[in-house]
This record gives sequence, C-alpha cells and structure tokens, in this order.
Amino acid sequence: MESNIITQIAYLISAVLFVSGIKQLSSPATARAGNARASVAMLLAIVVTLLDHEILDWTAVLAAVVAGAAIGGILARYIQMTAMPQLVAVFNGFGGGASAAVAAAEFLRAGGSGPSLELGVGITIVLGTLIGAVTFSGSLIAFGKLQGVVTGSPVTFPLQKTLNALLFLGVLLVGASLAHVGVANGVAPVFGMGALEISGPFFAALVAGALILGVLLVIPIGGADMPVVVSLLNSYSGIAAATTGFVLNNYILIIAGSLVGAAGLILTQLMCKAMNRSLGNVAFGAFGTEGQTARVKTGQRPVRDVDAEQAAMVLAYANSVAVVPGYGLAVAQAQHELKRVCDLLEDRGVTVRFGVHPVAGRMPGHMNVLLAEADVSYDKLLDLDDINAEFDSTDVVLIVGANDVVNPAARDPDSVIAGMPILDVDKARTVIVMKRSLSPGFAGIDNDLFYMDNTLMFFGDAKDQMSELVKEVREA
Amino acid sequence: MGELLILLYIFVLATLAGKEVISKVPPTLHTPLMSGANAISGIAIIGALIVTGAADELWVKVLGAAGIVMATINVVGGFMVTDRMLQMFRKR
Repeated sequence: MESNIITQIAYLISAVLFVSGIKQLSSPATARAGNARASVAMLLAIVVTLLDHEILDWTAVLAAVVAGAAIGGILARYIQMTAMPQLVAVFNGFGGGASAAVAAAEFLRAGGSGPSLELGVGITIVLGTLIGAVTFSGSLIAFGKLQGVVTGSPVTFPLQKTLNALLFLGVLLVGASLAHVGVANGVAPVFGMGALEISGPFFAALVAGALILGVLLVIPIGGADMPVVVSLLNSYSGIAAATTGFVLNNYILIIAGSLVGAAGLILTQLMCKAMNRSLGNVAFGAFGTEGQTARVKTGQRPVRDVDAEQAAMVLAYANSVAVVPGYGLAVAQAQHELKRVCDLLEDRGVTVRFGVHPVAGRMPGHMNVLLAEADVSYDKLLDLDDINAEFDSTDVVLIVGANDVVNPAARDPDSVIAGMPILDVDKARTVIVMKRSLSPGFAGIDNDLFYMDNTLMFFGDAKDQMSELVKEVREA
Repeated sequence: MGELLILLYIFVLATLAGKEVISKVPPTLHTPLMSGANAISGIAIIGALIVTGAADELWVKVLGAAGIVMATINVVGGFMVTDRMLQMFRKR
C-alpha cells in the first residue's frame, strides 16, 4: 500500500468510529449519536484521502462533490416518510453505480496505459463492475415497483429462470475471459493492438449483461416481498464497495463495505424468517401472482360488522388495547389519526401498545418509523415475540390495514403461509379489524380471523374511519 | 498474492465484526439501520476520489466524477435522512 502511515492510522480511526457508531444504533436512545459518529468517520476518511492523494483536477472533484451533496441533501430533506423504501432503493442503486464506475475507471486506466494487470486485480475489477452494475439496475427496478412506476405484481415469462441462469453464466464467462485478457495484456502490443482494443468489447458486454441481469432478477419479485429485495440490494451495494477496496488496495473501503454487506445480509435473513420463506423462494417464487388472488372466494360466510360509534364504545371501555398496524395504514396515511385515537384512549386510562410485525410496511422497520413520525413513544412499539406474550391479557386488538400477518391459517400446515410467524391476535378478548373490504392480502388467501365470533369488522377507508373514531371516542 | 490475502483477512474479519454489532440492532430501528448502512456504503466515494484525482484521461475522469456524484448523494442523503428519522424516535 503506497499511502503513508498517517493516512493508514486515520483510516483505522475511521473504521473504529464506523463500528462503534453502528453499535450505538442498538438503542433508540443512543442511535442518533451513533449515526453522527458514523458520519464523522466518513468525513475523516474523505478528508484524509484528499490530502493523501495527488488531485490533478480539483475543479472536477469539487464540482462532483457539491452536485452530489446538493441532490442528496434535497432528497433527504423533503422525502415523505412513507416513501423511505423508494429512497433507500435509489440510494442503494447509486452506491452500486458508484462502485461500478470506480471499477470501470480503473479498468480504463489500466487498459489504456498498457501495463499488464495482475490476475487478482483483474478479477476484482470484473467483480466490482458486475456486482455494482447488478445493484444499480436492480435497485432502479425495485424503486420503480415501490413507487408504482413498474407493476408491483411479479413479471414472469416462459423459461425465465433458464434465461437468467444462462445470462449469469454468460456474464461470468465474459468476466473470466476479461480477467484472463488482463493477464495477457502484456502480449497485446506484439500484435500491434492496444490492450484496450482487445478487452474493450468484452468489458462493454460485461457491463451490459450485468445491467440486464439486475433488471431480470428483480422483476419477477412481488411488491410485498420488497423488504427482502431492498435488504439484499443493500448488502450488494456494500459488497460492491468492498470489492473496489480490493481493486484499489484500500483498507477502509473494504472494512466499511463489508459492514454494510453484513447489515444487508442480516436484514435479508430476518425478513425471510419473518415470512417463513427461503431466499430462493422469494427470489424465484413469483409469490403473490394475480392468479392466486382470483381463485379465492371471500364473503361467503357471515361477519359481524360495526360502525365507528360501536367500535369506539368497545375501545373506550377496555382496560388494554393493542394496535396492529399494517401497510394499509401507511397507504391511507392514517397514522396521525390513529395516534389521536390512542391519545384519547390513554387519557381515559386505557393501556395502549403497538404490535409491529417484522414485514409490516415495505422495508424492515418501516412501520416503526411511520409511528415514530406520528409521535408514538418508541417504548410502546413492541416486536412480534413481546406483543405475542401480551395478547392473552389484552381486551381489544385494533388491526388497521394488516391481513396476512394476523391470519391464523399460518398455523395450518396445509396453508400457503404455513409456518409464517404471525401476531396471535385471536387470543385477545375482542378483535376489531379496520379494512376496506374482505379482500385477501398479498398471499391471496381468505382470513379466518374475519369470521370468528370475537371479531368485529369495521369497514372503510382507514383515514376517514379513524377521524370518525376520534369523534366517537371523545364522546364515549 | 500476499497483499490480496491480507485484504481477504480484513474483509472476512470486518464482516464478522459487522454481523456481531448489527445483530443487536432492535427491529424498531431496522429502517434507520438500513439507511445508515446505505450512507456508509457511500464509502465508495473514497475510491471515486482516488480514481478521479489521478485521472489523466477524459473518460477515466468522467467515470470517476460520475462515481463521486453518486457516492456523495449516498453519503450526504443517507446520513441526513437517517438523522431525520432518528430524531423522531422519542420516549414520552
């Protein structure tokens, strides 16, 4: 490594700050300081890099930094909290894109000036480009799906998996020959050709193949599986950054990149576990197709429905209420009204807590952010295991816009959602389900919960009905 | 190959350290964790700065500068939006 000792020590300090900053994220009380610490680590790494390396063109570098900072700052400042999954998807894409750009620039530099590349460097350049480009295009498709620009249903066609496998093999082959061409670069001038003329087309094919692969890998995945996809792409963006660290022989790139890679991997595993599905099933299962939904017949059985006044009575005279929010709450933007209902209930002495399923929302922990934005105290947000221990002694459960995560069918070994960890809301004395209709959730199956004796259906738009509920609870 | 091996050691050990600290982040904070991690993946800016700074050819410089722009969006946007989220997590 050609950098001097001071730079290396600064990078080491930066690495320690990154790790300890993430560690502070383990509690909401210290999390903000942890994020600040990580940003200091980044600033330190950037400043040291600029001082250590000879910068030939300060104008280009500074202009690029200012442009990026302005775009990032504006996005971060004005984004709606409901749109966080899209924003994270876009950021993932840029992270991957940046790594691919660095790897590609390194390739051009090495190829253009003609020195033979070592095999190791060749491999890492190929890997960095490949992972970075897949992350880039895959994240843009994920963004499109979350934003509603690209259809949320899985896009499937005949021989899709075969095509993906062939393309993947093709990209690997091109990559391998490219890494090999890198070794043979020293030979190229003998034939009167620049190294770049030989390897250039290979490289272009690699980039194109990787970009298409990213698109093809994400389009067959359904909208509600997005928490897994976003987590996985997050991991890729970290691994891509780490790979450029191998290319440039830079320790801090490897350390920070692998931290992100690990974070994404852990979240991916957690999300898969929360749906009781393997990563392979999420990636290739094309779960939640239109066909599945069409097969279901709902509304054949009688349900007990209530209006706002009746629901308010049940809630107001309970001792304890557990609220289960789902993605429907976010879609209806009803979290502030929900908070108002909860405040009124608490004023009456009712204990109110929130049970949040790990896959509620469109990314891990999304619902918690939306509730925090609505001013719900974080110690009232309970995760799956904690709230499940409480349902036995809960008077009323209020479910807003959630379906599959409270479906008792998960306990039936023959169900398509068999074994998925659910919130055991049916153990509470009374269950109120606020929903637009009896239509099935993402899994495309009917929900027995709606037809149980202790369940009250409270139909309507979550925002309108919550406003009604505010009025009625106040008068109760 | 010796240098590459050292890099591999660092990669594996940092991944293990990351797994250890990240496993302790509660589900409530998973979204800020992810956007924070996202900001950290903007570390690619280091690579982009090195490449662009050393660039003597136009296309290398263009690619490098594109890398800087994308990575800076990641870094600045990621840390800012994470902070915006975390300041909403309050105990009452």
